[in-house]
Amino acid sequence: MAVAVFAVCAAIILAGALGVIVFRNPVHAALSLVASLFGVAVLFLSMDAQFLGVVQVVVYAGAIVVLFLFVIMLLGVDRAESLRVEPIGGQRPLALGVGVGILVLILLFVVGIYDAPPAVQGELPALESCTGLPVSEPSSSVSSSAAECDGQEVASNISQIAEGVFGDYVWAFQLTGLLLTISVVGAVVLARRPRPLEEAVAEGVPEESGSVV
Amino acid sequence: MVDTFWYLLLGAVLFSLGTVGLLVRRNPLVMFMCVELMLNAVSVTFVALARRMGDFSGQISVLFVLVVAAAEAVVGLAIVVAVMRRRPAATADDVSLLRD
Repeated sequence: MAVAVFAVCAAIILAGALGVIVFRNPVHAALSLVASLFGVAVLFLSMDAQFLGVVQVVVYAGAIVVLFLFVIMLLGVDRAESLRVEPIGGQRPLALGVGVGILVLILLFVVGIYDAPPAVQGELPALESCTGLPVSEPSSSVSSSAAECDGQEVASNISQIAEGVFGDYVWAFQLTGLLLTISVVGAVVLARRPRPLEEAVAEGVPEESGSVV
Repeated sequence: MVDTFWYLLLGAVLFSLGTVGLLVRRNPLVMFMCVELMLNAVSVTFVALARRMGDFSGQISVLFVLVVAAAEAVVGLAIVVAVMRRRPAATADDVSLLRD
């Protein structure tokens, strides 16, 4: 069952990624990206990361891709890009070569990880069977593990993440808030429609840096 | 339960696809989408290794990756809007006009 879920999700993810690359219309590429992101969300669920699976759908599909589509519609750039044009000679083969090279390098690292002895493989089953919602296990072992988890205080996925975010990583969390504030202010400054020059001159305001675009 | 190796393999392939797309496409919006694909590949790797190690830090890292991806998309799209307003048929080659 878990293998089937993984296979279907991997097929959807890779097909969506290919679609982002080959679709000529940006809207189609964005919808293909949504398919890929949903596949990743289901993979998160199958890896017992329930919170991340939900956040992935809400943030990516609900916010980022909608933002992409909104910009596409706002600017009216949803015409097809001609993939025939190749501005730099030999760019495509070079890009393919770079992609294959990166793939080979990453795989070398992955194989390196697998040559090393697994670190704490033994602790894993306890953690997985006690995370509240065992997705990938047959029902018999679910009931037994739930029974043995009942006695002790079991932290769910969300509360464990919350302990990390508001405990060890609280400064990173605060900096994240700062980063979001800065990016919102930057986006407003960048996307603001520049005022006409004569109007600014009439008010005696020196031309601002935001009006160069 | 699927072995972690296959998740890492999927992440590697997804990252490579994103790289190729980033290098091949010229529409800046589609290039941003390819960056999102690469970030997702990293997220899959983080969660898979977090599961293998039995450590929640990987999942928390993915949370931060999500936030950074959102901030990056916001600023990047604002730049795209600024460029496209000046020149509607802009490709990635025309970003140099932000200079003047």
